[in-house]
Amino acid sequence: MSHAAVAHEHVLEPTETPLTPESWGKLGMWIFLCADAMSFGGLLAGYGALRYGDPTWPRPSSILGIQLTALMTFLLICSSVTMVEALASIRQGDQRGLRKFLMLTILGGIMFLSLQAYEWNKLIFHEGQSISRNNFGATFFILTGFHGCHVFSGVVYLSAVLARALAGAYSVHQNNGVEIAALYWHFVDLIWILVFTFVYLL
Amino acid sequence: MAAHSPEQLAHEQRRYLQVFAWLAILTAVELAVIYMPIPHLAIGSMLVLLAGTKASLVALYYMHLAVERRTLTYIALTPAVLCVLLVFALLPDLGAITRALTHAPPPAAAVEAHH
Repeated sequence: MSHAAVAHEHVLEPTETPLTPESWGKLGMWIFLCADAMSFGGLLAGYGALRYGDPTWPRPSSILGIQLTALMTFLLICSSVTMVEALASIRQGDQRGLRKFLMLTILGGIMFLSLQAYEWNKLIFHEGQSISRNNFGATFFILTGFHGCHVFSGVVYLSAVLARALAGAYSVHQNNGVEIAALYWHFVDLIWILVFTFVYLL
Repeated sequence: MAAHSPEQLAHEQRRYLQVFAWLAILTAVELAVIYMPIPHLAIGSMLVLLAGTKASLVALYYMHLAVERRTLTYIALTPAVLCVLLVFALLPDLGAITRALTHAPPPAAAVEAHH
């Protein structure tokens, strides 16, 4: 696709984008991430408005376990590192490294989700928090839930990339698929950094 | 981003680990900040600054914005700018919410009651 223009009747479509010369897919992922960032931005701004306007809002650290979520944050940062290592591996032609680091990244995502399930279980069934009880619960469960959905999607996405890696689909010269998946995974990490700060610490 | 010589890759991998170390350190600093005996506003400002730094590190080095075309960075910054505008757009509502929740009279009535 990248060397010749594709002709549709009389219209010539460029096969390269000047922004991301490697692939259109990368530009597509960036545009998706911008839209997705706006979704999170809307939720965070709504949370900020509700919280700032409510003097009875509880201190998050009095309800939420900061230590556990600090561990979750650390896990997600670690999984970002294994993801960059996966991409670096395949760029050196190291197939085993790619598979190993992809598996570690997926494992990090699964551990994050397990800890989040544990946290939600504790909050809902032992501490009486819920999405409908008050604005604190509503914003907390929607924000962390929306992010958790992203982590889950990321685990599915990376598993598909791993399946393709096991089939030998990637090489030194052909690794755009890994790079694009990595962009998504790092974005999910970036969003968690913001959610952790604004929802748990602030 | 097209060609990746072994030296370049080794340099990149060192950079990845440096960024990881910074992310871990800044997270530890964030945790320390919330227990510091300083005004809540100061804590809040520091946390926003620290979170912004961490998010930028991830975007610049893990998502490679530092070495991509500059235009891609502008595209990536657009939602951040729009979100800040969104917060300012919501500001006028905040006072109304506070008054409704605390059942406090509007500012003008409060001043008159004082006299």
